[in-house]
Amino acid sequence: MTIHARQDTGVAPLPELSTVVSSISRDSPRPLIWAYLAVSGAVFVLMMLLGVLMRMAQGGSIVLPPEWFYRVMTLHGVGMVGISGLAGASIMWHFASRHLDLSPKILATNLVLFLAGVLLLFGPVLISGYAAGWTFLYPLPRLSGGVWSQTAAAVHLTGLLLVGVGFLLLHLDVARAIFAKYGSLGRALGWPQLFGRSTEEPPPAAVVASTMVLIVNVLGLVSGAGILVMSIVNLLVPNFEIDALLAKNMIFFFGHVFINATIYMSVIAVYEILPVYAKRPWKVSRVFLAAWTASTVMVVIVYPHHLLMDLAMPAWTRVLGQVVSYASGLPVLLVTAFGGLTLMYRSGVRWDTAASLLFLSLFGWSAGVIPAVIDGTLAMNRVLHNTQWVPGHFHFYLLLGLVSMVFGFMYFSIRQARDGTDNLWDRCAFWGFTIGALGVVLTFLAAGRVGVPRRFAVHLPEWATYSTVGAWFGVVVALAASIFVARFVARLRAPA
Amino acid sequence: MLPPIAWYLTLTGVIALGSIFWIVAAGASHKAPPVSVQTARIRRLCTWALGLLAFPITLASLSYAPLVTEAAIPAGTESVEVVGHQWFWELSQTQVPAGELIEFKVTSADVNHGFAIYDPESRLIAQTQAMPGYTNSLQVRFEEPGTYKILCLEYCGLVHHGMSSTIEVIHSQHAAN
Ligand code: HEM
Ligand SMILES: [Cu+2]
Ligand SMILES: [Cu+2]
Repeated sequence: MTIHARQDTGVAPLPELSTVVSSISRDSPRPLIWAYLAVSGAVFVLMMLLGVLMRMAQGGSIVLPPEWFYRVMTLHGVGMVGISGLAGASIMWHFASRHLDLSPKILATNLVLFLAGVLLLFGPVLISGYAAGWTFLYPLPRLSGGVWSQTAAAVHLTGLLLVGVGFLLLHLDVARAIFAKYGSLGRALGWPQLFGRSTEEPPPAAVVASTMVLIVNVLGLVSGAGILVMSIVNLLVPNFEIDALLAKNMIFFFGHVFINATIYMSVIAVYEILPVYAKRPWKVSRVFLAAWTASTVMVVIVYPHHLLMDLAMPAWTRVLGQVVSYASGLPVLLVTAFGGLTLMYRSGVRWDTAASLLFLSLFGWSAGVIPAVIDGTLAMNRVLHNTQWVPGHFHFYLLLGLVSMVFGFMYFSIRQARDGTDNLWDRCAFWGFTIGALGVVLTFLAAGRVGVPRRFAVHLPEWATYSTVGAWFGVVVALAASIFVARFVARLRAPA
Repeated sequence: MLPPIAWYLTLTGVIALGSIFWIVAAGASHKAPPVSVQTARIRRLCTWALGLLAFPITLASLSYAPLVTEAAIPAGTESVEVVGHQWFWELSQTQVPAGELIEFKVTSADVNHGFAIYDPESRLIAQTQAMPGYTNSLQVRFEEPGTYKILCLEYCGLVHHGMSSTIEVIHSQHAAN
């Protein structure tokens, strides 16, 4: 059974691209979304430069004292994860607001809380040497071995809490709008069409995805806020002890869900924009609905795959971690990647930078699943966990997947609003980005293969080649991303 | 042995997937009617294929999984107490026999650490987390005598990268007899 996409998604039926672009310009992003995108672009580039710095230090081409390496690592981690959330949220909000009555005030509040949070996050790192990593694994923030103060840790964690509260508000606002229009989360996930006999049109993809993300991210953010508050209390009142394994579970649950949610928000851009190029609808079929419902459950229960080497965890959680890791790769591959491939197949598309980036993102996301699933295998995890195999697989779907989605959305929306065609700069940036990102990712994976540990400020000389080659690929990525951002800003400033 | 398998599996998968994306992208500027019937069939085929593959792979890989519980460790197994500190390892003994099952009882005196053993050829052979308040039991059988290196695989602060130690694996009594 196939259910056709709603007519009001602006994707079906589909006339020529130029008329499509002008006819959906009523959906041209509001200024706040531009602000989100500008901030995201700038922070992505900045954080990439920090990544290059780390990789060069590991390769020995520059000297970065360990206390600075770990500060840079903390900034890069928390900055990248945070900005991925912000960029993803802008994509989700933009498309969901076509169907839902969302509050622009909340959107603005989230941005303000984010920026305020970033000050609190970065201050202690740059000024007081805080460097417990973005995962703030208890009790490291408190026990730094004399490197940073309790105050620095408390301020940093408060910053994280602030950012988290902003996202929580945003998702709760989406929930409010969904209840107002659909009455329940199940209906917004298309359950009557999936499980029942309803022949009504299912909710549009943007609503289904926003609902999934709201469910998982509210759970994740509540867990994250919980452990943050506990950690802050622990900093102020050291007698208040936390169980280290409980803390680890709460932190990895939050971290895993949050970073996954950034992709599940951003992929909405693929569902909404690629059909405009293919001049075919992206059908919200039963398979699609089933995949998103399955993902909702799996993203929540798969997090023990981060704890496979915690032998104190019950064995069944670790087996579950492996089995669900395998299963959770399938909806991505079989629905989104396969859907995107068949959508574009002989569609007569004229590739531009936006379409290319979005298509690339499907490759990046689904190919990144391969090393991730391998790492989720218990026997493999024993020799890959916390080696550079891990940054290898997550940079795969974050850099080639998520970041391509964000820049793809940026290119499409600015083109919609300001018009103008792509030039040689855009094409060079696209290929530079693709090749550079593949280089960054493969050098990480190759280093993981020979057991190079992740998060090491100082590497052995025999590991230097991976790092140095990776660093130069990183330079290419950062250059390409700067071009993306520069082109975006230049077009944004041009008259509409 | 496992990391190269992981690497080649990944390369194969990435190249195969990349080729599919490449072929579709290259042919996408031509126009043809949508192919919904065939694609539904292909997807069903892929789903079945992946589903059928997943079962044996899961079962086989789980049989190699390090899932031995405390109770399953044979009596008389030699054990080594390991305590992680910022930033050094404390081991109750640094010499163990080759060819026999050794149990490492791993914990931490302060923050989380990762207890990882590298063989004389610098290959990572086993690891577990070192956590305050918990003891993780890691079983290892060292095949070859030699000097094995210990590194920390969980970020623990300023000297995380410098937190190393060694274990000497010597010819065992059994082997000598
Ligand atoms: C030019 C592109 C990039 C380069 C060169 C780069 C480089 C690095 C390096 C060298 C590390 C530390 C690796 C180690 O553990 O030894 C790292 C960690 C990390 N990167 Fe990137 N990165 C890039 C882009 C990104 C992007 C786009 C994201 C997310 C959207 C990201 C997210 C992270 C995260 C979450 C960590 C983990 C930090 C930690 O271990 O605490 N990176 N990156
Ligand atoms: Cu995860
Ligand atoms: Cu460490």
